[in-house]
Amino acid sequence: MPTIFIDNRPYEAPAGANLLEACLSLGFDIPYFCWHPALGSAGACRQCAVKKFANEKDTRGHVVMSCMEPVVDGLRLSIDDPEALAFRRSVIGWLMASHPHDCPVCDEGGECHLQDMTVMTGHVYREYRFKKRTHRSQDLGPFVAHEMNRCIQCYRCVRFYRDYAGGRDFAEFASRDHLFYGRHADGPLESPFSGNLVEVCPTGVFTDKTFKRHYTRPWDLSTAPSVCVHCGLGCNTIPGERYGRLRRVRGRYNGEVNGYFLCDRGRYGYEFVNGSARIRKARLTGQGTFDGDHASHEFVLRRVKEALGGPRPAIGIGSPRASLEANFALRELVGPGRFYAGVSDNEWRLTELALKILCGGPARPASLKDAGLADAVLVLGEDVGNTAPLLELALRQAVRRKPSAAALKAGIPLWHDLAVRNFVQDAKGPLFAVSARKTSLADFGEEMLLAPDDAARLGFAAARLISGSDPAAGLTPVLAEAAERIARALDAAERPLVVAGVGAGSAAMLRAAGDVARALTRPDRRAGLMLVVPECDSLGLAMLGPGSLKSAVDMVLKGGAGPVLIVENDLYRRLPAGAAEAFFERGGDIILLDHVEHRTAARASTVIPVATFAESEGTLVNNEGRAQRFFRATPATAETRESWRWLCDFSRVSGSGGLGHVRTLDDLMAVLAERIPELAPVRDAAPAADALVHGRKVPREPARASGRTAIHAGEHVRENPPPVDLDSALAFSMEGATTLPPAALIPRFWAPGWNSVQAVNKYQTASGGPLRGGDPGRRLIEPLEAAPAGFSGDGPRAEAGPAGTGPLAVAVYHIYGSEELSSLAEGVAALVPRAALLVHPEDAAGLGLGEGDVIDLEVGGELLSLPVTLTADMARGAVGVPMMPSGGLGLDLPARARVLAMRKT
Amino acid sequence: MERPLTKNIDPARGPLDLKGYEAAGGYRAVRKALGTMAPEDVTAAVKASGLRGRGGAGFPTGQKWGFVPMGPEAPRPKYLCCNADEMEPGTFKDRLLMEGDPHLLVESLIVSCYAVQAGICYVFLRYAYQKSARLLEKAVAEAAAAGYVGRNILGSGFDLEIHIHTSSGRYMCGEETGLLNALEGRRASPRAKPPFPPISGLFGKPTLINNVETLCSVPGIINNGADWFRKLSPTGEGGTKIYGMSGRVKRPGAWELPMGTRLREIFEVHAGGMKEGYAFRALVPGGASTDFQTELDIDFDFTHEPQVGSRLGTGTAIVLDDKTCPVGFVLNIERFMARESCGWCTPCWGGLSWIVKTLEAIEAGRGRMEDLAILDRHCRELAPGHTFCALAPGAVEPLQSALRLFREDFERHIREKGCPWR
Repeated sequence: MPTIFIDNRPYEAPAGANLLEACLSLGFDIPYFCWHPALGSAGACRQCAVKKFANEKDTRGHVVMSCMEPVVDGLRLSIDDPEALAFRRSVIGWLMASHPHDCPVCDEGGECHLQDMTVMTGHVYREYRFKKRTHRSQDLGPFVAHEMNRCIQCYRCVRFYRDYAGGRDFAEFASRDHLFYGRHADGPLESPFSGNLVEVCPTGVFTDKTFKRHYTRPWDLSTAPSVCVHCGLGCNTIPGERYGRLRRVRGRYNGEVNGYFLCDRGRYGYEFVNGSARIRKARLTGQGTFDGDHASHEFVLRRVKEALGGPRPAIGIGSPRASLEANFALRELVGPGRFYAGVSDNEWRLTELALKILCGGPARPASLKDAGLADAVLVLGEDVGNTAPLLELALRQAVRRKPSAAALKAGIPLWHDLAVRNFVQDAKGPLFAVSARKTSLADFGEEMLLAPDDAARLGFAAARLISGSDPAAGLTPVLAEAAERIARALDAAERPLVVAGVGAGSAAMLRAAGDVARALTRPDRRAGLMLVVPECDSLGLAMLGPGSLKSAVDMVLKGGAGPVLIVENDLYRRLPAGAAEAFFERGGDIILLDHVEHRTAARASTVIPVATFAESEGTLVNNEGRAQRFFRATPATAETRESWRWLCDFSRVSGSGGLGHVRTLDDLMAVLAERIPELAPVRDAAPAADALVHGRKVPREPARASGRTAIHAGEHVRENPPPVDLDSALAFSMEGATTLPPAALIPRFWAPGWNSVQAVNKYQTASGGPLRGGDPGRRLIEPLEAAPAGFSGDGPRAEAGPAGTGPLAVAVYHIYGSEELSSLAEGVAALVPRAALLVHPEDAAGLGLGEGDVIDLEVGGELLSLPVTLTADMARGAVGVPMMPSGGLGLDLPARARVLAMRKT
Repeated sequence: MERPLTKNIDPARGPLDLKGYEAAGGYRAVRKALGTMAPEDVTAAVKASGLRGRGGAGFPTGQKWGFVPMGPEAPRPKYLCCNADEMEPGTFKDRLLMEGDPHLLVESLIVSCYAVQAGICYVFLRYAYQKSARLLEKAVAEAAAAGYVGRNILGSGFDLEIHIHTSSGRYMCGEETGLLNALEGRRASPRAKPPFPPISGLFGKPTLINNVETLCSVPGIINNGADWFRKLSPTGEGGTKIYGMSGRVKRPGAWELPMGTRLREIFEVHAGGMKEGYAFRALVPGGASTDFQTELDIDFDFTHEPQVGSRLGTGTAIVLDDKTCPVGFVLNIERFMARESCGWCTPCWGGLSWIVKTLEAIEAGRGRMEDLAILDRHCRELAPGHTFCALAPGAVEPLQSALRLFREDFERHIREKGCPWR
């Protein structure tokens, strides 16, 4: 490694690295604004100036921007040089000239990078005495508040929103000291990544509008490491709580998963935790709720003991949105043979298949980081922009890999974002997508609209071409040509990636994706396979080997089941409405453990309140097979307990399941490791509760949290001992370990002088690299590299596919509306579109349908009565069914549909 | 005296058409270069001539051309962008060339594109130069009709298309990489250098960017040789230069003179000295973004100007007389510069607006003595290298020299709480 001299002392730094990044990685503090580890260098703010010397004898040197300099051997620089110091102070002076200094009323105050950098440069006194420039701010929708007067014109927002995330409805306007960053007119930001502006902006121009509704100073937040529950990617988050309310969610850096960013569903979905739909008290149908801690708790246990003591054994229905521990405890309580997946049949089959393909290898399950580094991508059927948004963001970066490599060859370092973009222009690396409906991937890749069977055939054909086998027979010339192109591009790549998912509803497509990935895998090449699953613990649930929901329903309908325990699930989302009705008619004693109200809660005989992710600890297994531990930000109340804890208590009182001794999460995981040895590594996802840091727990509150003894002053003035957390090495306290915690236990990013999220560089081995000690999470699937070659088939025959002659109903997901919990959040709910059937205009013309006409559509024995939206984004011959409560939830799609009636509007 | 740049210009007659231009010896350089010279030979001749960029920076033209990747491996297409933005205050030399003899520029473009094997050429004009644009469009059409532009020019196998682009107009468009961004339809913010445009320019491809006057010097070099060009100048910088002068001189104007002509000669002989009743105080020699100087006895070229603390710049001087307030003069310049800042880098957008507000306060009698220290600091902090491009360092050149040369005038404004000239 080259040696560089910083203020005359030698250090090692990676050759060609960015000098600012290298200095930060070495632990130096250099102030900066426009540079961002994920966005690279722009050279705009001029804040990171240092002095560079030509050689040892050069005593004058010249001021350079460290973000624009590469590391070269022998480089001599000074951070503390008086001229550089003076210039950095001047830069802050210019930036602060028009800044309103409204920190006391600014939501960013206390975690503001501009505050930190101002202090760091030593700018104290104001010399500017003239009028400040002012702006009119905009209404940017339910997520992001806008206060342009605080702007320091660093361009980070627009570089993230447009350049990095591909948004189009946001830009910089005007010039000189009067730049305006915003939309052409007021209105909701259209990018599903808009919330990142809040973290990307170094000051309070963009702040969290949902946080504002229940604002508290950031240093008063009790925070804990957590995992997003709103899709299957498992992005790492930091929820923040005060006074028993969840106040906000921020991104938690994980180099292997989400990096620096979150999608808006993940960031703003949290409000369901505080929402009016929360179940906070136990209730028995017709007998109201039961007040009082003990009354409720004991009542519940008595009630469950009675139910479980009946003549017929209970069955359990798990959930892909409940923790692995909750599902495991349920499985143990009722017995593995009476444990069922709480998902639609098709989803159950496809998730099992996905798990089997991932475990079968030889392609590695790709992480989100791998996805961003892929240099050729094939996406089969999955609308990742709506089902796994951060994967879409990663793929937007992946298509830049290949053209960026050409820039590197021309001598432009990859961190030099501005120069790379000027060189690359609109060139894109190969990304092929196949879908029944135009998706956001068409924005930056080549998308073909094909029915699911054709898409699978295309995939199988590509797999055959890549492995040099006999080409698949019977493809249309168009498909054959496409397969040829896809195979060529993937085969030429160093890190090809294949993406498919459960969302498209096609087993053939999943198998095709597996085949392509298998064909691509070679010792000299890192091929990745990423299979998207619908929910935060879909894969974890599948790993417990549940039976199908259909078999549970059948058993209930036949009258063969005892009480039914449902954990964190609304079966109306999992079954066709008719089947759900029949189930509840016959269901008998239904005991639901959940935290939000829904139609199942309305039909259950007993409803037991459980903790959400914010109040509980547990493990989620993401689509990569990565087990990740989440920790509560706030203690659960006595009435509202973790599902797994209730279930272990049920085991104790009923004597079944063998979990009666379990007191803590670690106890439960010990049982898990014993009963299902393959899942034993789950324990490595995070340190156990007794893994202290220098003998102390990791505090959830920062040392400067205020009002510890005054929180309950309205009720009493005692200083109560903080609640004890038996389940983790984190404490509900501001006291505890003061050194860096293990990566899985980082409750917030905070370092001396770095109060904003930019402090993350102090937690990384190198800026932008893994967290110290390794990025958290434990991969459970490491497939054998020597997996058998061969193919799973050539896909459905051309004449196959769902029987019937009607239009093919395909699932259409929406980022806001298709996921249950986030739809209950106020901000997200405001953006949920009206449920409508999507029909190609030419198909509609054939049927005599116009925009907004209502049709009655029969799919899978269910009647959907929905308005029609005409869009050329739909494949011909298909009808898009919204996967929303009034739409196709619970239906096994794709399936043939029948138009029963039409009503003109 | 030879006037290779302006010999065909006769304001009374208007510009020559193709026939007239050919009759005056035009397009000989095209025939010679494309017919008898290898592209590298053309570049070598320009190198040997010592021609330096007339846009203001004085960078050796041949050396710049040498940065463009050549040979079959070079990325394609390659571009040549002619910088005809000419928004430097007080500067009107390129307009003279384009309105006076558009075919000279077209011929220059063909030869220069051939030298670097650029197949696509853009002439980037400021918005106000509509007349130049029309004349150039006509000249390009005539040249294309005669086979000088288009496919397989004069049977040489060389293809060239020339586009005339009139921009929406920003000072930043004259900065070569701001020009590229504007041409691509983006904001006219400058680009980072390196990579320089010959490596990654327009649409990410190798691009040569030269000023109008620079390019117009090329045909003469091709026709008459590098030696001839060098000998045109008494100071060794080569060629001729269109010098200009404005302000309260008797005959404001522009004249083609040997590069390195004495500044006093330009002032006294060509501009006729000061108008009656006005005395000379100082001048900014090369557009608004050069330092004031009082010295007139100097060889007026790139090499010698720094000796009196300024730069040749565009070589079109603005004269300050004794009846004009120097603070107001500088304020006028800084207002322009602050307004034209693209807003990319902090010292520029933050520093220039502060400078303007401070100067406005001084000029309006609201100045404070400590304001001068603030202005001094800005002059230091807006130095080259501190900023992203040359706009801000250029902007503070007249300010820093004014603070030195006219300190007493600044102080009088503050002491007397107003402008003594009003």
